[in-house]
Amino acid sequence: MTTDGRRRGRRFWIGCLLVTLLIAGGLSYLASPNPDGLDSATLRGCQMVEGNGAEALTGQCIARDAREHAMAGSPLAEYSVGGVEGSGGLAGVIGVVLTLALAAGLFRIIGDSRPADSAPVVGGD
Amino acid sequence: MVSAVTISAMHMSDGIVSAPTSVLFGVIAAVTVAVSARRARAELDERTVPLAGLVTAFIFAVQMVNFPILPGVSGHLLGGALAAILVGPYAGVLCIAIVLVVQSLLFADGGISALGTNITNMAVIGVAAGYATAVAVAHLFRRAGTLSIRQLGCVGFVAALVGTVCAAMGFVLEYAIGGGAQVSLTAVAAYMFGTHLLIGVGEGVITALTLTAVAKARPDLIYLLRTQRRWVPA
Repeated sequence: MTTDGRRRGRRFWIGCLLVTLLIAGGLSYLASPNPDGLDSATLRGCQMVEGNGAEALTGQCIARDAREHAMAGSPLAEYSVGGVEGSGGLAGVIGVVLTLALAAGLFRIIGDSRPADSAPVVGGD
Repeated sequence: MVSAVTISAMHMSDGIVSAPTSVLFGVIAAVTVAVSARRARAELDERTVPLAGLVTAFIFAVQMVNFPILPGVSGHLLGGALAAILVGPYAGVLCIAIVLVVQSLLFADGGISALGTNITNMAVIGVAAGYATAVAVAHLFRRAGTLSIRQLGCVGFVAALVGTVCAAMGFVLEYAIGGGAQVSLTAVAAYMFGTHLLIGVGEGVITALTLTAVAKARPDLIYLLRTQRRWVPA
């Protein structure tokens, strides 16, 4: 690859990483706070009642079977850092860095670093 | 005022299905991930290993951004079709599985005992249905010549839509096997189908936009395009 091509290649990777960090660290603040399709399916038939600052479900719905998450005490639980309000973006950036590190490490171990131009054998081995 | 990032994510909690059902799908997920780890080797080369890492992180990031689909209901990217088209189906299974493990263990998003069902739905069913659809639609387009960038976007849209609806039906299957009896299964199936048809449209748009952007910059990295060569009759 030429020097120019290599520089362009680097720009692509840096651009992708920046976009990813901006989505997790910035765009995530615009996320809808409403339950998603699955959560709202499990909540159908129930009402959320609030009392003494705690939320409880009344009625008949799937979500009443749900148990509290075993990692609910994790410092990053519910996409916040130590439960601090407004820290979702930072939690997202930390998540991106950790996910990237884990995935890059695992894929490096799995992939055998075949040179790029040997055509991959697809659909069977 | 901006809203806070919330816990809502398309992931099952612990306790939604019975313990034996969780174990059953835990085994299915573990076997599929192990097979995928062996087969992903053939899909990756030294250029696409970094792409697989980045795709995983990108899907983690985009899954944080819930978009509204109905009053009071949101959805987010699952990412199976996107990952499979970019890095290959077996590597794609691993991308989504890694995201789900990180979310469950670090972010308390998706139960730990529900990892088997969540991986089965989003990493296995979502990727398999999404990739099979992508290959089928790409074949249709390719009859008329080479696959253009816009056509690749269409392939991604349809694949993501189908993958999302199929992943949602995975939940319905698991609930039918090992869920409680307090709600009607037909009602759950109909509601899941309807909401995920809408979420699938959002998933399709995100998938098409992402594929188009990557195809403009580095078409040589995209698995579906790299493997096109063998479809071309000499």
